[in-house]
Amino acid sequence: MRYLTDRKRVDGLGSAKTGTAHFWAMKTSSVALLLLVPLFVFMFGAMLGKPHDQVVAFFSRPVPAIVVALTLIVGFEHFKSGVHVLIEDYVHGMAQKIWIIAMTCLSYAAMAVGLFAIAKIAL
Amino acid sequence: MAETKKPARPLSPHLTIYRPQLTSISSILTRITGNALLVGALLVVWWFVAAATSPEYFAFADAIVTSWLGDLVMFGSLWAIWYHTLAGVRHLIWDNGVGLELATAHKLGWAVVYGSFGLTAVSALIIVSL
Repeated sequence: MRYLTDRKRVDGLGSAKTGTAHFWAMKTSSVALLLLVPLFVFMFGAMLGKPHDQVVAFFSRPVPAIVVALTLIVGFEHFKSGVHVLIEDYVHGMAQKIWIIAMTCLSYAAMAVGLFAIAKIAL
Repeated sequence: MAETKKPARPLSPHLTIYRPQLTSISSILTRITGNALLVGALLVVWWFVAAATSPEYFAFADAIVTSWLGDLVMFGSLWAIWYHTLAGVRHLIWDNGVGLELATAHKLGWAVVYGSFGLTAVSALIIVSL
């Protein structure tokens, strides 16, 4: 170990660097979702319970397909960051690391599966 | 370093010490709704996968999502997403350093609660009619 004072060891590691990156990512994704969520809710709501051919025809159209894709990307990214803070607050030690990794994997997996589905429908 | 013995220190007042307030409850609900939305989100992803798979599999998935239990999850998710959205807007307002006075914060809190009920009712009626 190097001979450093505690102060010297933490100098420059605070919010002066990337401390606000998480906050800013939540802020930008939340503003994007402010537009995407209402569009998605009414598009999905309108198609829920409708026959298969009608659902496929609707989500093959450019705007609904793009809205679904963007909502999946931004929504699960937003969820990933949100659940990260939830875990940090209530779970500690090794369990915390495992939970954060597991929920990050789940977020990206759900996002990818959803994107594959909408691509297959639309193209 | 991680194995250092924890000294017995006094604990500062926290959740179970303070009396519940509108600001604290509405804040906790933001976290609960945001994370609980995972259930509805996964169900929606599955519904899209089914639509991409085959008409038969879609009929099965759509029947599950529109069953009484599916309807309950979807209606709950509808309220959760509106609540989380309005509470998010409140945070976007607060981030600018405005609306933090006690009276204004209370008004914003009730606006989020009643607004979420209103948006849920109106959007559910619109969706059913579509």
